[in-house]
Amino acid sequence: MRKMVCLIACAALTACAAQGSKPAPQPANGSPVASATTATFEASDLYPSTYKIPTSAPTLIQHATILTGTGARLDDADVLIVDGKIQSVGANLPAPPQARIIDGHGHWVTPGLIDVHSHLGVYPSPAVQANSDGNELTSPSTANVWAEHSVWPQDPGFRTALAGGITTLQILPGSGNLFGGRTVVLKNVPSVTYQGMKFPGAPQGLKMACGENPKRVYGSKHQFPSTRMGNVAGYRAQWAEAKEYLREQQEYQKKLAAGDKDAKPPKRDLRLDTLAAALKGDILVHMHCYRADEMATVLDMSREFGYHVAAFHHAVEAYKIADLLAENGVCAAMWADWWGFKMEAYDGIPENIAFVDAAPGGCAIVHSDSEEGIQRLNQEAAKAIAYGHRAGLEIPPERAIKWLTSNPAKVLGLLERTGTLEAGKMGDVVVWNRNPFSVYALADYVLIDGAVRYDRANPATAPQSDFLLGQPAAQGVYP
Amino acid sequence: MSARRYLAAIALILAPLATAVAASNTVLIRDATVHTLSTPAVLEHTDLLIENGRIAGIGQHLKAPADAQTIDAAGKPVTPGLFGGLGHLGIEEIGLEPSVDDYALHLGAMRPEFDVTPAFNPESIVLGVSRLGGITFAVIAPSSETNGREGAGGTIIAGQGSVAQLDGTIVPRVRALFVEVGGDASELSGGSRAAQFMLLQQAITEVRSPKELLPNDQRLLTPEGRHALQGFLERAGPVVFDVDRASDIRQVIALANREKLHVIVKGGAEAWRLAPELVAAHIPVILNPLDDLPETFDSVGATLENAARLNRAGVKIAFSLGDAQPHNIRKVRQTAGIAVAHGLPWEAALAALTRNPAEIFGVADSHGSLERGHPADLVLWSGDPLDVTSLAERVFIEGHEQPMVSRQTLLRDRYLKKLRANAAR
Repeated sequence: MRKMVCLIACAALTACAAQGSKPAPQPANGSPVASATTATFEASDLYPSTYKIPTSAPTLIQHATILTGTGARLDDADVLIVDGKIQSVGANLPAPPQARIIDGHGHWVTPGLIDVHSHLGVYPSPAVQANSDGNELTSPSTANVWAEHSVWPQDPGFRTALAGGITTLQILPGSGNLFGGRTVVLKNVPSVTYQGMKFPGAPQGLKMACGENPKRVYGSKHQFPSTRMGNVAGYRAQWAEAKEYLREQQEYQKKLAAGDKDAKPPKRDLRLDTLAAALKGDILVHMHCYRADEMATVLDMSREFGYHVAAFHHAVEAYKIADLLAENGVCAAMWADWWGFKMEAYDGIPENIAFVDAAPGGCAIVHSDSEEGIQRLNQEAAKAIAYGHRAGLEIPPERAIKWLTSNPAKVLGLLERTGTLEAGKMGDVVVWNRNPFSVYALADYVLIDGAVRYDRANPATAPQSDFLLGQPAAQGVYP
Repeated sequence: MSARRYLAAIALILAPLATAVAASNTVLIRDATVHTLSTPAVLEHTDLLIENGRIAGIGQHLKAPADAQTIDAAGKPVTPGLFGGLGHLGIEEIGLEPSVDDYALHLGAMRPEFDVTPAFNPESIVLGVSRLGGITFAVIAPSSETNGREGAGGTIIAGQGSVAQLDGTIVPRVRALFVEVGGDASELSGGSRAAQFMLLQQAITEVRSPKELLPNDQRLLTPEGRHALQGFLERAGPVVFDVDRASDIRQVIALANREKLHVIVKGGAEAWRLAPELVAAHIPVILNPLDDLPETFDSVGATLENAARLNRAGVKIAFSLGDAQPHNIRKVRQTAGIAVAHGLPWEAALAALTRNPAEIFGVADSHGSLERGHPADLVLWSGDPLDVTSLAERVFIEGHEQPMVSRQTLLRDRYLKKLRANAAR
């Protein structure tokens, strides 16, 4: 099994290299991508996306309750998707010729859900040793590894996530290292290669981790770091090195610009490529961190080295510093109710999301970190609404949906392209059979770039993974 | 030293909780929608009287005794207290911390006499958090681990557990034995799942045919172990098999029939494929309705319709989370709602959280239904008890109203003040 997967992946990569790597499509809106001068070093356009938006008929969803993801709710309104993009949202939209009409009476329509924290593909099902590719636990700094090079596109979890309305997801390396490596953002479409899923032009992320995990992984081997102070010293040493690397690169560029033909480029270092890109803001920093005090330390460190933390992930104590996070413009990506599974999760409370949301300027995100949770982020949000209500924090559905759509799009650098139902954005849309903030809510249709990728009444629209094909035990599983 | 100081600090935090538990009193809940899990199943605009810790009456326009506290339910649902499933409640305070994790024996020898119950900590903060979620009883279950802290692993027999109430008391008369079967447990049986049944058979033979006892160094069981296992062979308690793959469940059914064991299947990701056999063998299934991925090769047939299909076939089902960690057992209610979304009738889903597990573990005379004379374990909900939009508003265990306070609500209130002050700034 392991050999087979490797062969598929290696063949795909070789094919790409042989064709010569074409630059990835640039986003129209100036989302951060690697700057042209350093593209060869930072290489976010290497291993380019081969995802092609399929041709699809215009789709008009009529008479639905629409949560736009911008904070608005429209009752008895329509959404029109043409050429893969949202064309308009409003009442009584005229149907273009040959449009597919979806009767939205009693239905709710939201932007496609976005999970900023998934390990689908890198820790796939079945969880066999041979496919456990999510964490390069051989050094506390593996900023040189890219999660995308571990993604197994046949993970059956992609399809079950699709049934839960997930249209975009960020796949991260695990949290055993201080610097886990680069993340990748995928469109949740079936593909034989990960490049066929790769979100065109999406910036990569850098996964970093606070707290127990790195110090446990390396401390238990009597290696550095074994303490939280060791963790911080570890990050700082790496950032300092990256600053120097960046300076050398910039000097080299200056010399080139001045016409110095003898200028020598600094020796290439894949690890420092990533860190330098993160310092420049071309790669977005995603920081796994549970405790409030550690998040505050990381914010100080980000000032010391001049980078921005896009989001703290897990952030079970975000509620203790909701104001600090808001002041710093940092989002918190959280579970609804997980707690206690380790010491740094001991103070988790189910009002965490509601508190972060309630702070003026606060940015709350619901994430999964789980092949189960990703199937029902809407229900996680519903729990946060209920607990918020009990604490006196009223959160209407049109606000809560931002936790699953526009806020995650923002921290992935994609808000100009997806995450809301606004004209010109990608036609990433979910039609729910009822108010999505309920345990009984199911996605009836999931559209990605205007194409129906999941139709609950016709499960064949979302094919099963190759892995499940011909498995006698799976006969009758999927009606 | 610092650990002791830490525990002392926790004790201080929890002190108000302990004293806040109300004394047993008379309570009349008026105008509730009472889900009795008995006959009739649903009573609307109904009153429920609690006296001396028990349900003294269910009916319309009950008279309030002079000393009664009256609660107006305003039509909201009242259900029996919910079952929190099988796991480490009170025996795993925090994950990954050996000093507060007591759920696994690592002696490397088969010890069915190992009963994890004495480790149960009634002051675990997990109890309070879970009570607020409407959970009033659960099964404390040990687990087997392949790698122990002492270097020796466990065995396929994890040991015994019991039924706990979330007021911190143990139901004295019930013990269950927990056995792990399947691919995840093959390291516990020399590398092959076939050996799991071989070892069980040898252990049973040691009990049933003591004259044939092997020399000491070849025996699996101690004298105490033989005595303990004998009880389960005489059906004094259920044997819970943690098993997912259909072919393994088939082996468990055969063993149950051959040895006349009282067997419960836990996990059962592929149980729906053997529904008729399970019905014939009267074996209930305690499942996680969220299992829908081939997380291992033992659950290739996992489906969100497992609960609905088993129920339709007549298998008695109950719910338990997939993970034995206890912290979020309040989520079991959500799993029931999801089973409903995937075809299980609503009433059957509520039964799988209440009456069915009480019957499966032999405590139906005191738990899982609302009947006159039963201890008053019940929950008043803000709305549909199976929906994540609802929360428990009031929780009673043996007639004692539980304070809706936990370490989590204290943290919430402390930082809510800060949030409000900052917002007002």
